[in-house]
Amino acid sequence: MALTLEQVRHVATLARLALTPEEEQRFTTQLSAVLDAVAQLQSLDVEAVEPTSHATLAASLLREDVMKPSLPPEKSLANAPAKSGTSFAVPKIIE
Amino acid sequence: MQLTDLTMLELAAKLAERAVSSEEATRACLERIRQVDSKVRAFLRVDEEGALAAARASDARRKAGSPASALDGVPLGLKDIFLTEGVETTAGSRILEGFVPPYDATVVRLLKDAGLPLVGKLNMDEFAMGSSNESSAYFPSHNPWDLARTPGGSSGGSAAAVAAREVFGALGTDTGGSIRQPAAFTNTVGLKPTYGRVSRYGVIAYASSLDQPGPMARTVADTAALLQLIARHDPQDSTSAAVETPDYQADLEAGVRGLKLGVPREYFIEGIDPEVEASIRETLREYERLGATLVDVSLPHTKYALATYYLLASSEASSNLARYDGIRYGQRAKDARGLKELYALTRERGFGPEVKRRIMLGTYALSAGYYDAYYLRAQKVRTLIREDFTKAFQQVDAVLSPTSPVPAFKLGEKVDDPLSMYLMDVFTLPCNLAGLPGLAVPCGFTKAGLPVGLQILGRPFDEARLLRIARAFEREHDFFRRPAPL
Amino acid sequence: MPVSDFQPVIGLEVHAQLLTQSKIFCGCSTAFGAEPNRNTCPVCLGMPGVLPVLNQRVVEFAVRTGLALECTVKKTSVWSRKNYFYPDLPKGYQITQYDLPICEYGRLVIDTPQGEKVIRVRRIHMEEDAGKNVHDAGGGQSLVDLNRAGVPLLEIVSEPDLRDADEAVEYLKTLRDVLMYLGVNDGNLEEGSFRCDANVSVMPKGSSTYGQRCELKNLNSFRFLKQAVEYEISRQVDVIESGGKVSQETRLWDVNKGVTRSMRSKEEAHDYRYFPEPDLPPLHVSDEAIDAAAKALPELPRAKLTRFMSQYGLPAYDARILTAERPLADFFEACAAHYADGKKLSNWFLGELMRLLKEEGTPLSALAFTPAQLAELLGAVDKGTVSSNAGKDVLGEMFRTGKAPSDIIAEKGLAQVSDTGAIEAVVDDILAKNAGEVEKYRAGKKQVFGFFVGQVMKAMKGKGNPALVNDLLKKKLGD
Repeated sequence: MALTLEQVRHVATLARLALTPEEEQRFTTQLSAVLDAVAQLQSLDVEAVEPTSHATLAASLLREDVMKPSLPPEKSLANAPAKSGTSFAVPKIIE
Repeated sequence: MQLTDLTMLELAAKLAERAVSSEEATRACLERIRQVDSKVRAFLRVDEEGALAAARASDARRKAGSPASALDGVPLGLKDIFLTEGVETTAGSRILEGFVPPYDATVVRLLKDAGLPLVGKLNMDEFAMGSSNESSAYFPSHNPWDLARTPGGSSGGSAAAVAAREVFGALGTDTGGSIRQPAAFTNTVGLKPTYGRVSRYGVIAYASSLDQPGPMARTVADTAALLQLIARHDPQDSTSAAVETPDYQADLEAGVRGLKLGVPREYFIEGIDPEVEASIRETLREYERLGATLVDVSLPHTKYALATYYLLASSEASSNLARYDGIRYGQRAKDARGLKELYALTRERGFGPEVKRRIMLGTYALSAGYYDAYYLRAQKVRTLIREDFTKAFQQVDAVLSPTSPVPAFKLGEKVDDPLSMYLMDVFTLPCNLAGLPGLAVPCGFTKAGLPVGLQILGRPFDEARLLRIARAFEREHDFFRRPAPL
Repeated sequence: MPVSDFQPVIGLEVHAQLLTQSKIFCGCSTAFGAEPNRNTCPVCLGMPGVLPVLNQRVVEFAVRTGLALECTVKKTSVWSRKNYFYPDLPKGYQITQYDLPICEYGRLVIDTPQGEKVIRVRRIHMEEDAGKNVHDAGGGQSLVDLNRAGVPLLEIVSEPDLRDADEAVEYLKTLRDVLMYLGVNDGNLEEGSFRCDANVSVMPKGSSTYGQRCELKNLNSFRFLKQAVEYEISRQVDVIESGGKVSQETRLWDVNKGVTRSMRSKEEAHDYRYFPEPDLPPLHVSDEAIDAAAKALPELPRAKLTRFMSQYGLPAYDARILTAERPLADFFEACAAHYADGKKLSNWFLGELMRLLKEEGTPLSALAFTPAQLAELLGAVDKGTVSSNAGKDVLGEMFRTGKAPSDIIAEKGLAQVSDTGAIEAVVDDILAKNAGEVEKYRAGKKQVFGFFVGQVMKAMKGKGNPALVNDLLKKKLGD
């Protein structure tokens, strides 16, 4: 299945990637090829098959409602590219 | 013979009788890294200070007669996907350059508690997406058996470091073959445990329903010993299995007499390298000589595994990698005007081409109008692939196959051809889709001297049997004694 | 067509923060008002490598709420990821429940001027809250505080069964009472721990096809909900009347202007790409757990109101006030266990006790006296030991000090004089001193009786038993 340049741009917007024009072209070609390759799945009859979303035997693990120490803010923010006080800072959000 | 040529268990024995100190062993690793890593380039960073401090603490414990574990003092390397408190962790990505984690991954804590000095962080494909280490944002690692070739991926740095004897063992992660394929390319042993056997907490996620950390070492017994330390139920990982950990050394030497070993016809396909096929066939005959029965089995949906894997892994990855936004940690596009640009430029510059390709594919596969056709359908085919194995394991105790259809390929050979690169994983990824344990063990060399690895797949939580089967072959050959020509 | 020719159709989506100690997927505190990012850890910061582990109390609270709203509680429910980018969403996705929520198909009965009405509840699901962005922090920056990120929420979605703003308000109030009764939510709209979005559409009366709906946000009081829904109904009618079409969008209630306005930023193509959360296996709730929760379910406001009316002989007005909040209802019942006359007790509650609670700002939980002590006071009033007026003073003192009513009456000398001899002596004395007035009374000027009562009570410093004073005066005056 061929992807259009428009679709690639839309997906890049959803994924928050500022692709260069060259990348847009390249991904259009490459992702179209990948989609062609995965199209083989369409030939299988999976109507009555249950999907597998977890490969685990684990039952839902629950924890007790008990407080544990948080990180001190200086550790929480130690890797922040920008901060103000004990908050993370980002460019002004316009609603 | 150098200290670094010892296996983990040989070193552990010398540490126990105090013939060697952990500090000496750690210094030997550091020295070996200085000698060969400029060629192999396995390490992203070496934590000399941390490793030596841990080694000295280990020596003190040994001296006091209270070692923390059987492997107390054995230096180890970590794929750079494991979070290490206070030591930069990047997952081979530019976007995490400079990120210093505030906590240790569960397996890292287990290793530290067991007294193993952690020598440094090993190179990998960016976010574990790749089969050659070439998608690392920093540099590709080289195969110690032929420096022009890849050590495989994504745990290529780990495999290369173990093969080059820079460390005694390492931890890797395996999402579609990322432990087993590099092990097969480097004459080392790599085990992908059953999904849920080893904690994923603190392991940077690529595809959460497929990722599984595991041991990489030079021998089967070393692999078993390392697994022994990390196979634990973890209350911080909801997908961690509350299954008891057996003694992985107990039956290691029990042999294969009486075992039924499945040979799946779908794994001997066109395009498989003739030398690889010959080596595997010879290995199968050897198993017969050792008393196992070979059984022809069929895994009919194998040919769909690749498509299924790429859709599911990319979809999960597109969500797992959304957190890299330059707000709380990692690199940020400082010149961004406004929030939208902050996201789009940070991610555009921070991620490499392979990661972007998979984020794009996964975002598309999950998007409105395509979910049913791609993601949901792939989940259903995943069920069919699991059922193939369930049926096969009603007939046999394990399934044997090549690990990779080819031996280590040349760096640069497949970089521009993602589909042909993806094909490298065709024998390893069904195991991840089914959540099963899989092991790669050296089984020979091509004429050009490139290692070939046998893959052994088993039932859930049957790691002990896989190790035993691998050991039966290893005992006859000792390929692990052969050093890489560095 | 005038507004009256249109039928509004309203559904509410309520987000209720659950009263847990720790967050839904990590051990950080859920406390409100801490310094920014004080209550954060690698998990709720969305650090690389972290994994969620579900807080079991969140499941308990969801099951409890589902049962109270007469939902089907699902034995298996599934977690999903809702993917979108926003600075207050650290992982880039919210862990929530999507196609398989924990509870479905419930109902809540509300009161309307036309009588009881059943509002259907479509679903209840669990999810994690986002953090908080401080939009205008100066310096061209916004700030991100993730203390709230990962606080557990219950989302309760009604069917579009509400037909006007008053019904919407009544539903929200009733639901809030239920959640507070269950002890799962504190009902605080101002702090945002109980939040509501409204889906509003209009259609011509008699039509069975709903119109295009708009989602209203920022409705953080009952008043705003009412105003916003009313505004939105008339806006939509105006749009249709002027030949336009209502477009589906999210609109924000502007408190200052009293209008709803379109949130253009949310209009961008949203595609949440929901898929099953691989880090959390499906959640299983056993039949035993559901049965146990059903058994432990407290009596709900509506049932309690009916019972109060029949058991204590209360009018609906009294019963509604007494059952509005569980602590008050519980305290009433504790007192009623020691005192038989429900209506008299209710009068004291609705009058003096609630006035004191309000004036002193004391929560019921911090009350200084016991139910038995209140019953004792009322008994003393009944017996005439203390006058009704003095009883109010005694209650005030009990409220402040927690002392026993008998001690207060003794200490303050508030005991009524019911000794006939003592009263008779005073009566005789007053009548003797006021012979002229006695003459007038006997001549038929009966109004003077009040004067005698006043004089006797004054002489007795107000402690004479009023009934006895009356009786004796009448006897002496020869009535």
